[in-house]
Amino acid sequence: MTDRAMIEVTGLALRRGESFALAIEHLSIPAGERVAVVGPSGAGKTTLLNILSGILNPDAGHVRIGETAVTTLSDRQRRMFRARNIGFVFQDFELVEYLSARENILYPYRLTDALSITRDVRDRAEALAASVGLEGKLRRKPANLSQGEKQRVAICRALLPRPKLILADEATGNLDPANKDLILDILFEQAQAAGATLLAVTHDHALLPRFDRVINFDDFAAVPA
Amino acid sequence: MSGALFLAWAHIWHHRWRSLILVLAIALIVVVPVTVSRVVDAAEADLSARAEATPLLIGARGSRLDLVMSALYFGEDQPDPLPYQASEDVWDSGLAIAIPLYQRFYAEGAPIIGTSLDYFDLRGLRIADGRGLTVLGDAVLGAAVAAERGLSVGDHILSTPENLFDIAGSYPLRMPVVGVLAPTGTPDDAAIFVDVKTTWVMAGIGHGHEDVEGGASAGILQYAEITPQNIDSFHFHGDVGSYPITAIIAEPWDQRSSTILKGRYLDTSGPAQIVDPEEVMSGLIETVFAIKDVLDWVVRIVGGAAALAVVLALHLTFRLRAREMQTAFRLGAGRFATLQLLLAEALLLGGAAVMLAGAVIWISQPYLSGDAVQLLTR
Repeated sequence: MTDRAMIEVTGLALRRGESFALAIEHLSIPAGERVAVVGPSGAGKTTLLNILSGILNPDAGHVRIGETAVTTLSDRQRRMFRARNIGFVFQDFELVEYLSARENILYPYRLTDALSITRDVRDRAEALAASVGLEGKLRRKPANLSQGEKQRVAICRALLPRPKLILADEATGNLDPANKDLILDILFEQAQAAGATLLAVTHDHALLPRFDRVINFDDFAAVPA
Repeated sequence: MSGALFLAWAHIWHHRWRSLILVLAIALIVVVPVTVSRVVDAAEADLSARAEATPLLIGARGSRLDLVMSALYFGEDQPDPLPYQASEDVWDSGLAIAIPLYQRFYAEGAPIIGTSLDYFDLRGLRIADGRGLTVLGDAVLGAAVAAERGLSVGDHILSTPENLFDIAGSYPLRMPVVGVLAPTGTPDDAAIFVDVKTTWVMAGIGHGHEDVEGGASAGILQYAEITPQNIDSFHFHGDVGSYPITAIIAEPWDQRSSTILKGRYLDTSGPAQIVDPEEVMSGLIETVFAIKDVLDWVVRIVGGAAALAVVLALHLTFRLRAREMQTAFRLGAGRFATLQLLLAEALLLGGAAVMLAGAVIWISQPYLSGDAVQLLTR
């Protein structure tokens, strides 16, 4: 972990009608930190992830990821930035049913010109899959994978482009207790191996002690773990 | 675009049966109007060409169209018979070559056409194997008859009895195949040609004094056969001029002869009529095109409805994939990329459908051309 901030948010405001959907005066997360985001439904946790990844543009404020001022980028630049620098892990895995596990891992490379499939990328995909215990299952389609295996495929998909930041939105929400710990282990290991910062939205308070830091949206105060 | 094509193909392959149905539906929308149009065009060309190659037709009074269809296409509906004397009269007039046609019997399901050697000259029919008609009882096969039934020179064919239970009636005639015609792509390919006298033997007008094969007892195949041993005993009773024929093709020497010949049949109370096949066919073609116009509208409406159904099916498919598109967007795909994905799929399905339709049209083309007239006039 380094002291240099990977995420720097200042004066952030996003309105929904007359009220604020999200308002954050200041948020700074150092590179390599593993941060949990908790809070009630509708508090704006997923909105924050969407703003950090450039999916949403705030009404006010600045967001910097690494050296990039995300809020100053055009739509196209934000998409390119997102493809190259942000890894997403979703609660429902969001795998593509008609693709094999291998092709699901390579899926982002099929979608955007920001990434291109090379021999090296394919080799890394195989290695990544092997490191999370998916060897021998790469030809299977999602329907033939267990929940835990699906999430491992999703983690490989998120990590393959070597992102600076991994955003996990309830990544363990659909898993049984044994798989929750296992998937979190894999997520932590892989994020650490890639030197990526991890920001994970969760409702599971039992997992919080495993994070470096917890951001509670209840009072929006950064709470050290 | 290659990524979009890959994903589109993967999606199509994953839902291959659904995709196949969609491709078939789209192909059908293309094939039906094109095929209908081609059938009509081929029929028009076929009808016109055959009619143009037939100068004038003389037959018993009645339907002009039946007369033309019978004499040109050997259809099943026969006009009333005409006495052979009508053909002799045309010869005697010195105005035209008269080619008698007598169609009544069948062999192996193909019509037997009793005619003269002039018919072969008129139609430009060439013997591909064997020889032409020489003696009573000889049969020359059209190319399709020989090919489809596996018959060749040296084989025999048996005319179909008109009434199986009429043991007092004429017997089937067993005829040697002496020649096979080269293919012409006309109804002549599907016919069996014999001398007109041979058909009169089949009709029981001419006969020989020979022992019937197997006797006349039930359960044993009975037929007559003209052989070198019995040919001299074959003879015809009564006045040859009264023997039946179904039509006469008249080939006038010149325009003047044609006009004079036509004038001789102007009396509507007479037993015979003369028709210009080209004129009759143009009337039929006009009717066919009028029907085609209606059919075109029906095809357009049905095709439009089917196309809308396909668009709806595609729309529903894409709506079902809204979540996938949302995920793609979150992973960095642009709106254009998701549109590309959908377009690639539509392109692959549409391309496959057009190729399938093209293949079906291409493969069916020779059959449609050959059978177009039968399809329209059966």
